[in-house]
Amino acid sequence: MADNRQNTNVTMRTPRARVKGLGASGHGAGHFWTQRLTAAANAPLMLAFVVIVALMANRPYPEAVALMSHPVVALILILAVISVTAHMRIGMQVIIEDYVHDKKLKLLSLLANNFYAVVVAVACLYAILRVSLGKLV
Amino acid sequence: MAQFNLPKNSQITEGKTWPRPTGANNLQEFRIYRWNPDDGKNPRVDVYQVDRDDCGPMVLDALLWIKSKVDSTLVFRRSCREGICGSCAMNIEGQNALACTMGIDECQEHAKGKKTGAVRIYPLPHMPVLKDLVPDLTNFFAQHASIEPWLQTETPAPEGEWKQTPEDRAQLDGLYECILCACCTTSCPSYWWNGDRFLGPAALLQAYRWLIDSRDENTGERLDALHDPFRLYRCHTIMNCANTCPKSLNPAKAIAEIKKMMIAREV
Repeated sequence: MADNRQNTNVTMRTPRARVKGLGASGHGAGHFWTQRLTAAANAPLMLAFVVIVALMANRPYPEAVALMSHPVVALILILAVISVTAHMRIGMQVIIEDYVHDKKLKLLSLLANNFYAVVVAVACLYAILRVSLGKLV
Repeated sequence: MAQFNLPKNSQITEGKTWPRPTGANNLQEFRIYRWNPDDGKNPRVDVYQVDRDDCGPMVLDALLWIKSKVDSTLVFRRSCREGICGSCAMNIEGQNALACTMGIDECQEHAKGKKTGAVRIYPLPHMPVLKDLVPDLTNFFAQHASIEPWLQTETPAPEGEWKQTPEDRAQLDGLYECILCACCTTSCPSYWWNGDRFLGPAALLQAYRWLIDSRDENTGERLDALHDPFRLYRCHTIMNCANTCPKSLNPAKAIAEIKKMMIAREV
């Protein structure tokens, strides 16, 4: 028979056993800390991101590529992508853990969330590197 | 998913309107949640008229007046009638409070200008209801027990008492006053959705009370037991707990302090 110790609805188990469940996982502080670190990093990075995008507005494509080829600009964009996607991944995970209670759906949602964050991050990084290093005109 | 609608057998119907007391000039309407596990019916809201001239100023006075003069079947918990036992916690005009320390006039001000004239009373939110205004707090108390709310030491007990400086003792102010009425925990949306795994504000406030106690020698073990995405980190600083606490305590701040301790031992 499947281990159902995680099922807190089994009423024949004592309240104490239900509350203790599978015990403390020993995780959480890392996520909490990372979420705040990336939040602090996002503030200046997003500000710089907005300035960079504003600078590109209404400029011809070669000028935009020239701007992205500048190492400082490329580094800011890379850091912004890493910080934002890390923040996004943890934030969405918290929402899933809060509201999705169906075991299978929860596992699928967490998988999808992780894959989505990684794909978005890698796609953005690839684009930034390709444009800034490849000097595509 | 989290359940946002009441299941069919929990949907509240219109209840009985009880007769007005005769010869009363100063009437106050009460609308009170009723549910009987034995009659197989849905919960209902009964309407009572209370003679304010014949009744004390608090909501609990009105409930006792109803129970002794109008409807003896109304069920609620009460004991000390002075805000120290925590038995009469219920949802009064949309806010969790102790019926004994909430004035009948005061609770209508709490309803944020929505003066309906009636005082609406429901059991504490999102707990299984045993009958009428009595919630099942089994899980709540098991969670309190799980944080091991007693002094834990390895050093052999001294001849006299365990000593503590006045400053260290002052750390416990704002924590030891908790009466475990469950107003905070049942007002917490995180607890509504994950009450089986999230310990909730009351238990975590008590956890911090023992974490910060200078005499306790098991601080690290206590932190280990809380280090979990659900037990501790479901708190998203919504602050309903601090808003509703009838003893004016701040569980959200205590939880934030626990989170700070978790980081302090890593960096």
